[in-house]
Amino acid sequence: MIPAWLVVAVSFAYLLVLFAVAHYADRQADRGRSVISNPWTYTLSMAVYCTAWTYFGSVGRAASGGLWFLPIYLGPTLAMMLAWMVTLKMIRIAKTYRITTIADFIASRYGKSHLLGGLVTVIVVVGIIPYIALQLKAISIGFAVLTRTSAEHFEPVQMGSWLQDSTLYVALALALFTVLFGARHLDASERHEGMVAAIAFESVVKLLAFLAVGAFVTYGIYDGFGDIFSRAYANPELRNLLSFETVSSSGYGGWFALILLAMLSVIFLPRQFQVTVVENVNEQHLKRAIWLFPAYLLLINIFVLPIALGGLLHFGRGGVDPDTFVLSLPLSHGQEALALLVFVGGLSAATGMVIVETIAVSTMICNDLVMPVVLRSKRFSGELRPDLTGLLLAIRRGAILIVVLLGYLYFRLAGEAYALVSIGLISFAAVAQFAPVMLGGMYWRGGTRPGALAGLMAGFVVWAYTLMLPSFAKSGWLDPGFLEQGAFGIAFLKPEQLFGLVGLDNISHALFWSLTANVAFYVGISLMRVPTGQEASQATLFVDVFKRDKGAAATLWRGRAHVDDLMQLVSRFLGNARARQLFGRYARERGVGTIGEMPGDAGLVQFVETQLAGAIGSASARVMVASVVQEEPLGLDEVMNILDEASQVRAYSRELEEKSRALETATSELREANEQLKELDRLKDDIMSSVTHELRTPLTSIRALSEMMFDDPEISIDDRQRFLGIIVSETNRLTRLVNQVLDLAKIEAGHAEWHNTDIDMSELVQHAIDATVQLFRDRQATVELFLPDEAPHLLADRDRLHQVLLNLLSNAAKFVPKEGGAVTVTLRNEGDEIRVDVKDNGPGIAAEFMPYVFEKFRQGGDQKDRPQGTGLGLPISRQIVEHFGGRMWVESTPGQGAQFSFALPANVGT
Amino acid sequence: MRRGLSSQRLIAVFMTSAMLFNYPIISLFDGSEPVFGMPPIFLYLFAIWAVLIGLVALIVERTPK
Repeated sequence: MIPAWLVVAVSFAYLLVLFAVAHYADRQADRGRSVISNPWTYTLSMAVYCTAWTYFGSVGRAASGGLWFLPIYLGPTLAMMLAWMVTLKMIRIAKTYRITTIADFIASRYGKSHLLGGLVTVIVVVGIIPYIALQLKAISIGFAVLTRTSAEHFEPVQMGSWLQDSTLYVALALALFTVLFGARHLDASERHEGMVAAIAFESVVKLLAFLAVGAFVTYGIYDGFGDIFSRAYANPELRNLLSFETVSSSGYGGWFALILLAMLSVIFLPRQFQVTVVENVNEQHLKRAIWLFPAYLLLINIFVLPIALGGLLHFGRGGVDPDTFVLSLPLSHGQEALALLVFVGGLSAATGMVIVETIAVSTMICNDLVMPVVLRSKRFSGELRPDLTGLLLAIRRGAILIVVLLGYLYFRLAGEAYALVSIGLISFAAVAQFAPVMLGGMYWRGGTRPGALAGLMAGFVVWAYTLMLPSFAKSGWLDPGFLEQGAFGIAFLKPEQLFGLVGLDNISHALFWSLTANVAFYVGISLMRVPTGQEASQATLFVDVFKRDKGAAATLWRGRAHVDDLMQLVSRFLGNARARQLFGRYARERGVGTIGEMPGDAGLVQFVETQLAGAIGSASARVMVASVVQEEPLGLDEVMNILDEASQVRAYSRELEEKSRALETATSELREANEQLKELDRLKDDIMSSVTHELRTPLTSIRALSEMMFDDPEISIDDRQRFLGIIVSETNRLTRLVNQVLDLAKIEAGHAEWHNTDIDMSELVQHAIDATVQLFRDRQATVELFLPDEAPHLLADRDRLHQVLLNLLSNAAKFVPKEGGAVTVTLRNEGDEIRVDVKDNGPGIAAEFMPYVFEKFRQGGDQKDRPQGTGLGLPISRQIVEHFGGRMWVESTPGQGAQFSFALPANVGT
Repeated sequence: MRRGLSSQRLIAVFMTSAMLFNYPIISLFDGSEPVFGMPPIFLYLFAIWAVLIGLVALIVERTPK
């Protein structure tokens, strides 16, 4: 036993720590250093999913159903795998249109309907308030277990006087916390840094505490998992818990239904919506949460079954309530400090849920139940109350207090009733009713307001009839005959076997019928008429949220407005200073100097409506904005036209972009082609002038000599002979030049004729050297030839290759020094290539001349000692080698000679 | 990554998981005799759960922003 004062002191000390954490986070946020802007805190805040029902109740469920506690955590694991598609879309929609609750989300999607928002709020209140009561009850039971004298005897909670009940004070402290950190001031974004930090902190505490007790039971009391399981296997009663089918009557269908239920809950529970969607700082944080949150769930569940088995082995069945095993096991082993820690863990699970759920529910109550009434009454809507910020805050805070106190009241009244004990899954089934209208709203344009209303209503009624009323009957608040005989004694209407459906457990049964009715009415009624303009525009904004930019909403409004009116409106709900700040920022964004200069256009109206929606809900914001502007309602056709127009404009602009991009590419291609043409033109001019120059030199000498002989008949026969010799050689040179130019032109144009034969390269090289031997002899140069052992053969045009070799050899002969000239010719068989090197020991080629060696009419050496040649030999040679798929290159070190080489593929021509 | 490869991978993992966590697959592991001293269904569910979480982590953490 732990003294009551100590438990109370620890509890309130823990709550104080929570206040401190939240306060610190708020302070840091004000300084611009957010402590929650990271994926870890985000994930931990999502763990508010694990309530006291998880913390204490999972062990209880495991004690009676073995692994049947697990679907509640497998479902969220599955749901998170789809979060990057579904949840991300919800976050984007909520951020773009300042949506702060599930009720607002649904109301906004179906044409900003007050009625729909109100209905969702009612469902939430009915389904969730008992759940809050269950958390308070868990705290109360934990307190009782810690402070009672003997852990061995299970006693129901002693309901003392209200004022002496510490749970009441815990509840009040939670309400205070929620008011301080959830509704301190009005903010259009409705984000609460301090609250989220506290929730993340609580998630750490509950995980550590649960792991501590799990490790203590598994490894402290028993000897690890194996020991506990082997003892359980030895016990015929516990043995049943270890297999799947023997412990539950629900069967695999029930298992599936629970997984589905948990999947929907983790997306649509108001508290999950609050932490996952509304409090999300950065969409990228969701990415890590996709796996981190399931990992948290896995960790917190790993010891559940061992604790349940350990408790059953220790206490036996029926002695101690299995829900309290986490506390009573440490207590009965004298570990009071551990028990206190576990209690704090349970406290954190319960308070976290109460805080977040209360913020979410109170925002709904304020925006979707109270504000519509307030704004309709003449007292508040007119000019009499220019500033409504105080009223708005008071409603928020009042709603928080009422929600917490209603929870407490329900807990006091219901006590041990079945209706409270079983509320966990029942409340899950209630929020599952939001799934069709939410998912349908995000992915289907056809859903209408009447459809959504009918679907929700049908689902809610069937849920109440098949789950809530039976739970009342089982608690003794209704005639149990209702369960046995059905309503009005009609067996057909038995609430847990509706329409004679048997074989399902009550949760699967209710889930099946309620979702069936829900979807049927939602789709059926929606399809009865086309959406109105308002519905269609909202549908488009939601479904296409990723495709349309922020300005899309503004295109769907037509009318006139005055900036002053709008400014006054925002001031009424957000305060004067805040309104000025918002308008100022908006003016800067629009690039307008002062607020007064802004045009009262659709963009501004949209901006104002979005800001107001954050504070008072989208439906109320619509009504308020409509009251100060002159607007024309748009019909469906007009909305469709605008959307078509918008999408056409988008399509056009995309097309234009593509075209201009194509044009740019084409332009640059043309520019390149033009450059190339210019270059070619320049080359052609060069060639022309080179050719004419080359032609003129021999022509000049031929003409000069001929004229001399013509004019002077006195010339001696020797001179005449000499002149004629020169004329003949110059004519030869001219012929050669013209032939080569023609040849090159033919090769380049691809008109050359090729006569391929089998060539023995060794013989060819030898032949070429023999043909040039006179040249080398004239220059007094030596020629050395290296041939491979095996003569390489290839299929090519013999005469052409001969021409190449002659070119290289005569080139070498031209450049060798007058004395001691040496030329080396090497033929090599390099496997897939046949290579010929012709190396001389001439002056070599200057580095700056290297790139031009193979260009036409570029001859080595300076003008003075320019050797005789056409300047076309090398270009032609290279063309020939390349024609056979080979390559030709030159290597040279100035002063030490040059080496011209070419290589031909060995299989050329085959 | 919304319409990219990662999304498709996540959907594929989701479908696989939905199958692995439900009938008839889980009935294969519902034996009455212990495996490694533990109930086979307990081992199966937690092992598969951990593996799937690891797989999802691999998919989302490897995608650049």
